[in-house]
Amino acid sequence: MTEKLNVFAVRTLTQKEYFAPGHRACQGCAEVLAVRLVAKALGRNVIVSNATGCMEIVSSPLPFTSWRVPWFHVAFENTAAVASGIEAGLKVLMRKGRIPRKKIVSLAMAGDGGTADIGLQALSGALERGHDFIYICTDNEAYMNTGIQRSSSTPFGASTTTSPAGKVQIGQITWKKNMAAIAAAHNIPYVATACPSYPIDLVQKVKKAAEIEGPAYIHILSVCPTGWRSAPELSIKLGRLAAETGVFPLYEVDHGKYRLSIDFPKLKPVKEYIKLQGRFRHLTDDMIEQIEKRIRKEYEELKEKAAKGARDDSNRG
Amino acid sequence: MVKRIGMEVSIAAAEAVKQANVDVISAYPITPQTHIVEHLSELVANGEMDAEFFCVESEHSALSVCVGSEATGARSFTCTSAQGLALMSEITYIASGLRLPIVMIIANRTLSAPLSIWNDHSDAMSIRDCGWIQFFVENGQEVYDHVFISYRLAEDREVLLPVIINMDGFTLSHVIEPFELIEQEKIDQFLPPYQPLYRLHPDRPITMGAFALPAIFAETKKAQEVAIQSSMPKILEVLKAFGDMTGRYYRPIETYKTEDADTLLVTMGSFGETASVAVDKLRDEGRSVGLMKIRLWRPFPFEDLKKVALKAKNLVVIDRAISVGMGGPVASEVKAALYGYDVRPSVYNFVAGISGRDVAPSDFIKMVDKAEIEIEEGNREGYELYGVRE
Repeated sequence: MTEKLNVFAVRTLTQKEYFAPGHRACQGCAEVLAVRLVAKALGRNVIVSNATGCMEIVSSPLPFTSWRVPWFHVAFENTAAVASGIEAGLKVLMRKGRIPRKKIVSLAMAGDGGTADIGLQALSGALERGHDFIYICTDNEAYMNTGIQRSSSTPFGASTTTSPAGKVQIGQITWKKNMAAIAAAHNIPYVATACPSYPIDLVQKVKKAAEIEGPAYIHILSVCPTGWRSAPELSIKLGRLAAETGVFPLYEVDHGKYRLSIDFPKLKPVKEYIKLQGRFRHLTDDMIEQIEKRIRKEYEELKEKAAKGARDDSNRG
Repeated sequence: MVKRIGMEVSIAAAEAVKQANVDVISAYPITPQTHIVEHLSELVANGEMDAEFFCVESEHSALSVCVGSEATGARSFTCTSAQGLALMSEITYIASGLRLPIVMIIANRTLSAPLSIWNDHSDAMSIRDCGWIQFFVENGQEVYDHVFISYRLAEDREVLLPVIINMDGFTLSHVIEPFELIEQEKIDQFLPPYQPLYRLHPDRPITMGAFALPAIFAETKKAQEVAIQSSMPKILEVLKAFGDMTGRYYRPIETYKTEDADTLLVTMGSFGETASVAVDKLRDEGRSVGLMKIRLWRPFPFEDLKKVALKAKNLVVIDRAISVGMGGPVASEVKAALYGYDVRPSVYNFVAGISGRDVAPSDFIKMVDKAEIEIEEGNREGYELYGVRE
């Protein structure tokens, strides 16, 4: 129900663009759509720290920029640390009266490689220190910028240039690292998953993250036609299928309490999601069944956590 | 006469950071840098210093936090040693490329392997080309003084470069020395609050850290090279202004009894004071020996160095680091400075005191003796590791 309403509610989003058109992202890039929505959600009072990666490369070829808000790129693995420094700098300068007091969001942005692999330590440090900032991982499930190499966020079975489907190996042989769970394990106030195929949900989560004091982590699944070997016009559909099949459930962990953003009483078969992507082309029905089994189990576990959250709520009420 | 008080050099360094009104401190503990951050955290914890202090999860993040805070216009400080510096080395290049006037103290320590916590300059040499202005100081007072000099210099709008103060680990960091502290009012006058040319702020959105294609990259590097080369007059100006305030005048190249000396010892860092004792002894024996101390490592003070070096017959360059397969890095710079002259001194190079091995005045005398004999025998550009058991 809410899902249907949200289709029309997109028109309620601001017309203002803080991430300008004319960037160099690939056709059908859902990651750049996610970034555009995040920028809309946060408005002008934000400072963005962007890790090295697709979004950095497509938006900042000197002397051009797509950014209408202050934007900073330093390196690959340290975005969370840079955003910590920005938050600290603003805080101390306001305290000492050297810049006027106002709310400015420190936003860190990185891909799955910059988050789940090389940036994990800096992220953990920043979450643990409790900086008031938002960290957004735009997850396209591999190192797309360098040519589709596997990351720890690449799903099981996916063929990438460094986990190719070969004669004796099926592609990625490890399961996707659960970054949202890792972030939640830091007991930070807010963790969420989102996808630009659900734009209102995404915008609401980013706005909530901005309002909450302390660290917030949002993990955004970002369909990548180039790396997923999918048709560019299917990007929005694929994002929806990821949620509808349970492959990428949309949920929040608000002060430790789990809540499903959209609950699907009956999940669609995982095959519907997989068959539209060339990176899974080599998988047999047996393998897909194995993947589906695991996805279902994880979805049930998540539902249990959400049910517990709801019970706690009603007990308190 | 200003009252002198005894203090551990690391504590004095931290006091200088406090007096410099630093806004953000971010660091990770590593021997022998620890006493500086420990004292800074005490100052913040006791409310004696108004700063944001973060003990972060790595040196890479320590400098990254400083890069973020400095970009908002907050005066930022970090310090490290050896492995820590190696870990943050990626960000040292970025900080200078972004023209962020961060100041860092390095308590110099040996790079592994084998692991060693003791002093030499191998850490500093590993980031020699990182684009920061780099000082090597000789004693505790100089550490304290250079904190103010460095911020004033770094934040000058004609400079806008980060600055490293190299101080020998343990030899300086852990010893108690007499200090002449500067009154706060004088420092506030010498070092007003940082006013950045550009800062990250929504009121005036800018993009910082854009990537450069080959068609524009070389121009950005040229701009950086011009900035550091043309910082030399500013360096002299700031050192003069500091001297006018305190009576302590520092120069890029310091000299001791170099007038009419045939042989000059060339040192960098705390070797200087020990070597001066050796020079005194040699002078007492009627030997024509002087001492040249390199304070400013980058930008390299070619002109000042040549003025002194070209008057001598022999230079005995003592390096505290080794570029394996080549020799001492300081000697290599000195030789480069003299290359264009037909009549130039011989340069004999010793690598000594690595990993904190003690180098006494008697060792400097032995090195002078050895170098003079070698040069006499025609070995005009020799190089050896001094005092190694074989």
